[in-house]
Amino acid sequence: MRTVLSVVGLRREYGKTVAVERITFQVGEGEIVGLLGPNGAGKTTTISMILGVLAPSAGTIEIDGADLATERSRALERANFAAVHAPLPGNLTVAQNLRIFGLLYGVQALSARIDALLGQFELQALRDVRCGILSSGEQTRVGLAKALLNRPRVLLLDEPTASLDPATARDIRTKIRAYAAEGEGGVLWTSHNMYEVEGVCDRVLFLSHGRILLEGDPKTLPPRYGKATLEELFIAVAREPLTLEGS
Amino acid sequence: MDGARTGAIVLRHFYLLRGSLTRVVPLFIWVAIDIVLWGYIARYLNGVAGATFDFVPVLLGAVLLWDFCSRVMYGVSTAFFEDVWARNFVNLFSTPLSLSEYLGGLVVSSMITSAVGLAVMLVLAAGVFGLSVLGYGPGIFPFVLILFLFGVALGILGSGVVLRLGPAAEWFVWPIPALVSPFVGVFYPLATLPPWMQHFARLLPPSYVFEGLRTILAGGATPIDMLTLGAALAVMYVAIACWFFARIYRHAVRTGLLARYTAESVS
Repeated sequence: MRTVLSVVGLRREYGKTVAVERITFQVGEGEIVGLLGPNGAGKTTTISMILGVLAPSAGTIEIDGADLATERSRALERANFAAVHAPLPGNLTVAQNLRIFGLLYGVQALSARIDALLGQFELQALRDVRCGILSSGEQTRVGLAKALLNRPRVLLLDEPTASLDPATARDIRTKIRAYAAEGEGGVLWTSHNMYEVEGVCDRVLFLSHGRILLEGDPKTLPPRYGKATLEELFIAVAREPLTLEGS
Repeated sequence: MDGARTGAIVLRHFYLLRGSLTRVVPLFIWVAIDIVLWGYIARYLNGVAGATFDFVPVLLGAVLLWDFCSRVMYGVSTAFFEDVWARNFVNLFSTPLSLSEYLGGLVVSSMITSAVGLAVMLVLAAGVFGLSVLGYGPGIFPFVLILFLFGVALGILGSGVVLRLGPAAEWFVWPIPALVSPFVGVFYPLATLPPWMQHFARLLPPSYVFEGLRTILAGGATPIDMLTLGAALAVMYVAIACWFFARIYRHAVRTGLLARYTAESVS
């Protein structure tokens, strides 16, 4: 499997506080990797560094072979993201936002690509509606459409289904899985919904206090640590990280 | 530098203007009020002074050019504020967009919006007060260019201040033209100023524009040396402003300010 995202020795400190402590991981082509951990574990900090909006204190990030530090534009052309904490400008319509970001990512045949994504995410009726007045679920779908505009080699999803009803969330999960299965790119997915992670992710990384504590298949990982479900394992990571570290 | 990415920033601003009367009206309403106000003041002064001195070209021409410079500055900073108000930094700067492409987009947006203000001022000044700035001939363009460049520099500088100090700092930006205007002799010769103000004035490109224009209005030749110095200073200010913004941006990426930019995000 070809590596599309390579993170090596990534560290981020704020003064004396270490937010991310020398983490190393890869995401392969067609793979969906879950980045899990309690609030403040360093997930969003890690994603911000991969997106180039936060400088690492140490370490390297390569997106589809392009070093983010030295080939920023080339690296970011191959990535995209959707995050609940970064909605698209609410004063522009769905189609306007997609056009602007399509131009920024250098998408070819942009109008056709926008039409296809509007169809894929059932947004045709909202095409000329300002994003600011959409429901949170609709905004999430627009964010995902934007995230897929450039057919990214690395797709970063920060709690992509957090504000969706179960039916829409399942639909979105299916679409993301299909995207990964087509082999267009790898996905790094953060979520607090362990049921979802188990169903979607090929591999998970548990972050705690900025370090990768556990890594493995979300289906086989819980029994390995004496837990019945991924959710129980998550709670254990959040409450007793040191116990797990030693096991 | 990718033209499409710069174009995306301009297109974003066009979309915002097209759909919003509250964004379009300020492009010309304040400058129109200024022209009307100063036009009548100039007419009144002409009446008081008799036929010995024509205040219209001196005062109204100065207001028109200074307002143009201010509109260029506001054009750049307002285009930047749109991203502040929409909390759009993470979306924008996680794309391949480079800083020069972004700043280029802000400047082109400002060219378009300030041109609207300039057109309204020219029409009003000519139509109501008989002042034809274009009557000065092509010799006026270097003066306009210097003011444009200085407006760009102020706009980028102000944007850098807001990026560094947070959205609330936009109140530092709006009064900048008013703060600068006493030093650059918009309405009076620099010799009127006390020596310490004249020292500052010599460092500001618009000083050379307004001194030069007064020289021409008094019947003198176009002061090439003044224009050259003013242009060189203006280019230098643009370079300094870009360097300042890039430095602030790098600081914001390094400290996490950009990723967590909020109303009270000074760090």
